[in-house]
Amino acid sequence: MSDSARHERLIGELAGALRPVRRLPPPWQRAAWWVGLVVLIGLGLVALAGFDIVRHRLGSSPDAWLAVLGSVLTAPLAAFAAFQTSVPGRSPRWALLPLPSALLWMAASGVGCLRSWLVPPPPASLAIEPRSCLVFIVCVSLPLAVALVLMLRRACPLRPGLTATLGGLASAAAAATLLNLFHPFDVAATDLAIHAIAIVLVVLATRALGARALGLRAR
Amino acid sequence: MGGETVEERLAAGMQAAQEGDAVAYQRLLRECVPVISRTVRALGLPPDRVEDVVQETLLTIHRARATYDPARPFLPWLRAIARRRAIDAARLTGRQGAREVHDPDAYENHPSDGDAASEAIEQQDRARLVGEAVAALPAGQRQAVEHLALADRSLDEAAALTGRSKGALKVNLHRALKSLRTRFGVEPGSDV
Repeated sequence: MSDSARHERLIGELAGALRPVRRLPPPWQRAAWWVGLVVLIGLGLVALAGFDIVRHRLGSSPDAWLAVLGSVLTAPLAAFAAFQTSVPGRSPRWALLPLPSALLWMAASGVGCLRSWLVPPPPASLAIEPRSCLVFIVCVSLPLAVALVLMLRRACPLRPGLTATLGGLASAAAAATLLNLFHPFDVAATDLAIHAIAIVLVVLATRALGARALGLRAR
Repeated sequence: MGGETVEERLAAGMQAAQEGDAVAYQRLLRECVPVISRTVRALGLPPDRVEDVVQETLLTIHRARATYDPARPFLPWLRAIARRRAIDAARLTGRQGAREVHDPDAYENHPSDGDAASEAIEQQDRARLVGEAVAALPAGQRQAVEHLALADRSLDEAAALTGRSKGALKVNLHRALKSLRTRFGVEPGSDV
């Protein structure tokens, strides 16, 4: 069969299989739905923990809000970038969008860590174990990452690795933000290392599994 | 309509296709073929792979049609898909090149195991019998066999073409193979 006949046959089959489709909502709207899910989980956790721990932390280290602001901004920006890169024709440079807030998050956490090394905080009964931080970040990230990948699958990510990585970063940032509800003091060096390990784990796992799921959808 | 640019025509075609207009869709896909070919050739893909990439791109357009936003230009959307499919094909060609040896002389000189003429007749008979058995299957099972087994399409491609879910296609293929095995008296677990 000649090439043009092959194309004509496939075009005929595709036209025969055509069904009306509902256009995908714009990336900002899809990102907003996902952020809504994060807010719902957050409200559930607030009902459990209240705002006392966050208030205590911001009171004891006034610049801690910078680290919180960094992670709060990184989650929706990374999610928005993931939804942008899941649509064909959108620039991969959208992936740079969460970079400034992620840098702020890391830098401010590092400063907090340095201060707690110079001036150790008083022991706090409400503080959670470093190992629990890892479990918290991974367990909260998991449903958020799964939901995000399922939402991203509705599009056609042509760079599934990049899109899944951004999804992993969004989920990890959201989980780290919610962790503040249970984390009364600046992170110490071991805490910071554990947080970093948990975030890297979430991003890598989402990239590995999400990229596969998204790649199969786009093929 | 005379002043309409290619961009406007293609964008309107995709908008109509999203609403289910098959005639506009067919016209759109035909107009997309040369654009895809040019995009793929410009990336330096070997000429023998270009037409395969065109087919892959057409399939991806079909799956991704809900992602096109009529408020945006169509051609960048189309070219992004074509470029990505070309890059995938180039990577695949690179991997195959690293694993496989191309030696047409060895292939031509390899002796045939049997009498070619009688083998061809037997093969024709087998193909006719299988064709009759497949034609007798219920529509869903027949589609699954035709797309997945005979045309060697992937589940995703078959799902896109038939409008059936991948799960339904798998079940139909399983049932069809069971009926065919029973019809030809083949034991379960064999290659057929």
